[in-house]
Amino acid sequence: MKKTSDFEFNDLQGLLRFGYGGLTDTCFMLLDVVNVDMAREWLSTAPISSGIKASSLPDTAMQIAFSKEGLSALEISKTIIDGFSDEFIYGMVRSDNCSRRLGDVGHNAPKSWKWGNNAVPHVLLLLYAKQGGIDAWRKTVEDELFKKAFRLIRLLPTTDTGGNRMEPFGFEDGISQPTIDWALRQGTDPHERDRYSNLLAAGEMVLGYKNEYGQYTERPLIDPAKDPLAEHLPNAEDDPTLKDFARNGTYLILRELGQDVPGFWQFLDKVSDSEPNKREKLAAFMVGRERDGTPLIAEHIPGVSRKDHGNNFTYDLDANGVHCPISAHVRRANPRTGDLPSGVTGFISQLIRILGFGQKNHDADLVASSRFHRILRRGRSYGPTLSPEEAIQPDAPIAERGLQFICLAANISRQFEFVQNSWIINSKFGGLQQESDPLLGDREPLLSGENTDQFNHLDSLGAKQKVCHLPNFVTVHGGGYFFMPGLRALKYISSLTTKGSHNES
Amino acid sequence: MTPQSTFMIVATVSVGQLKKLRDLLGAMNKIPGHADPENALIPFCKFDQLHFARFVIIEANTAHEIREFGVNPRPWRPALAFLGDVDGDMHAFLADLVNNAEPGLKAIFSHCEDFSEENLDMLQWLQAHDIRPNANYVNWLGRTVKQIREEVILHQTLSRYLQEIAHDVDWEDIRTVRQKLLSHVEMEKHKGRLTLSLPEPTSREWKIRNLFHLLGVPLILLILSPLLLIALPFFALRLRMLERSDPELFIRPSYEHVKVLSVQEDWDVSNQYSVFGDVKPGLFRLLTFKFILMLTNYFARHVYNRGFLARIKTIHFARWVFMDNNHRVFFASNYDGSHESYMDDFINKVGWGLNLTFSNAVGYPTTTWMIKEGAQREHAFKYTQRRHQIPTEVWYKAYPGLTAVDLARNSRIRQGIEIRQENDAEIREWLRLI
Repeated sequence: MKKTSDFEFNDLQGLLRFGYGGLTDTCFMLLDVVNVDMAREWLSTAPISSGIKASSLPDTAMQIAFSKEGLSALEISKTIIDGFSDEFIYGMVRSDNCSRRLGDVGHNAPKSWKWGNNAVPHVLLLLYAKQGGIDAWRKTVEDELFKKAFRLIRLLPTTDTGGNRMEPFGFEDGISQPTIDWALRQGTDPHERDRYSNLLAAGEMVLGYKNEYGQYTERPLIDPAKDPLAEHLPNAEDDPTLKDFARNGTYLILRELGQDVPGFWQFLDKVSDSEPNKREKLAAFMVGRERDGTPLIAEHIPGVSRKDHGNNFTYDLDANGVHCPISAHVRRANPRTGDLPSGVTGFISQLIRILGFGQKNHDADLVASSRFHRILRRGRSYGPTLSPEEAIQPDAPIAERGLQFICLAANISRQFEFVQNSWIINSKFGGLQQESDPLLGDREPLLSGENTDQFNHLDSLGAKQKVCHLPNFVTVHGGGYFFMPGLRALKYISSLTTKGSHNES
Repeated sequence: MTPQSTFMIVATVSVGQLKKLRDLLGAMNKIPGHADPENALIPFCKFDQLHFARFVIIEANTAHEIREFGVNPRPWRPALAFLGDVDGDMHAFLADLVNNAEPGLKAIFSHCEDFSEENLDMLQWLQAHDIRPNANYVNWLGRTVKQIREEVILHQTLSRYLQEIAHDVDWEDIRTVRQKLLSHVEMEKHKGRLTLSLPEPTSREWKIRNLFHLLGVPLILLILSPLLLIALPFFALRLRMLERSDPELFIRPSYEHVKVLSVQEDWDVSNQYSVFGDVKPGLFRLLTFKFILMLTNYFARHVYNRGFLARIKTIHFARWVFMDNNHRVFFASNYDGSHESYMDDFINKVGWGLNLTFSNAVGYPTTTWMIKEGAQREHAFKYTQRRHQIPTEVWYKAYPGLTAVDLARNSRIRQGIEIRQENDAEIREWLRLI
């Protein structure tokens, strides 16, 4: 396959390819299956949008994903479920260790979540519509059958985006996204990828394809001899005798993140001595972009269109974080590192670097190569807009604001959990001290008592400026891991019958 | 300079004692797998020369895997291993240990065979049960626990003071800022709140032995080089044959096993790792393994002793040890970050090095030419390393909260106190460390 159009977009849920930015209204529902037969019947005709590009923007779209509990409720056999990763099977709150790593401690601890801490709802249904169209779309979707099949567990708040990509703190969001190599053209040889590239193997985002290691991520494969229903599923590329339940599917990671917008701007205002320019500058340092999304680094990198100003840079020439602090949120979330530290010119210098020598900077090469840790972000924000100028007022209107953080990835552990743990939460990221992510950090001290609630940046003279005692700006309200199947797998799910013993051998 | 040394006391656990031993060791912990530094059995905090220590019950959970090679597993009885990394001579440490914790040691090792309290010379017993690593890695040769602790205080002192004066100084006049800091250090030293001890003189015996090793290994290799050169084509041929025929085991570790391991992890910035498995059958694999570890040890000792092991800067100490008459191998390390990030480093930064050594162990993913593939077969690799990992019952780290990068930075801050920077740019760089 060498053409993007050769990709099986007709089997792919659209969210993997589009953000549905043009569909500004959303309704995200967490559902439980209450009647299996009716749920299957509803699923068999549900108009789930595929990844095929329509000639014009559709009026509505619908996407669906299932938790492990959901797959069990729909009587998917245990053999299939066991083929998924541990992270999916045992979930986001699977152990204290997992919570420690994700920063779900202190005020973020699952015990105070609004949902997802005891039982993860079975189904996540994502509805999208053009401005003003969501209520009608929801009414259409929630027909009689639907109401008998599912119970609404939680309606995740979202707000009409009005077409902009502003998150509640007031920053343009969703700028950095990997470009997926749908044409499967790019080699995955590690020795060809010294520098950062935004082009990513399809297998990093879609199950059933080669990932950045040139490998197929673990997933359930079915022997069609034992399960006749599986006949219509795609073949497994790495073993054509087996059917691939997960091909063209992916994991969907959902976290409901509350954002304290007045708290954020009031803190910044206080430490900036109420000087608007200073406040704005500090906020940009913390985020790593200005509010309109302009990066703090100007540079052209190969592989990214010159027009894509928001992504046309790496941090290679800013090793100390003079322009963009190392701890800045976007620098942590995507450090834009290549496989080797910068400065490789030929075979010899490559060898020198592989052996660990030739580093000018002591803190060089501390951050992992980015291409193994990318995620596709598809979140939507909620809550009434509040500008920084309003937010700094002592009587700023309090309201529930935040982000329904949604990301897609083929490997929860290596992608989402790694980014959250090693890059976002880690107070030692890139050789830093006492700093966690300025926006998302949980601010809990280390076991040794060392603080993690600072934010440091360099002033124009290169002197380190410390901002201490950052309060919590973001609180986790819930979360869960879901599987977003390909459309043929969805057909498989809906065509099981309650005896359902197709795959028991 | 005080060079570091290691110890590893190993004894087979007596029949029927395993559970009792595990409970006893568990009682030394404050949180799962992490020693209470002041625990009554072995109060680790009393030993100023001890960097890391751990108790591991070595069990051959994966012994059956060698059947894939058509070989019957050798019997293995669970063994207790007590290992650690110390400043200076390990015999001196063991003596100190016996002086301060003999009853605790007795209580622990009494669960082992070949241990009777009558007429027991504890020190002799420990020495008799010590086994030497085939390769050993020390992040920074000569950096003592004492130095680490002094430099932490120096860093904290400077950091606090800099914050205090930040608003009152003229940052354009960077030399005056430095002078203020230097004076403050002198003042704190004078008040006895800060000490920066000079390194101890390096022992002459160690220097001579080190020099012999430094020159001896290349010399022997040089002498043997004609033979090695002749053997090389045969080696390559045999290697490729084995790489094609060796079974690759693709077995996912049970979640129960993963849970037991992960309950001990990520409490602090560093974690421990203990892994145990079989050497692939046959003399070829064993000799290759031994040769590679000999080289690993050589490079770790003479080249990679300044804060990095190839591209990895997160490992504090690591060792490779052959056991069971060279049929099995044990690897232990102390690293910064999460297990997942450690594996990321293993695959993406030093996959080639890992392949060279562990491709000779049962269960390791298939390599080509010993350096390619292997660890990059991501799932096979992550499964096999987790499957072969064994829990560490008790783990002690003398400087919680500090990564190897932190330690290196603190030493650079100290250097800046002792050696004046030459220009303003260097002064600013130094100040940024604080």
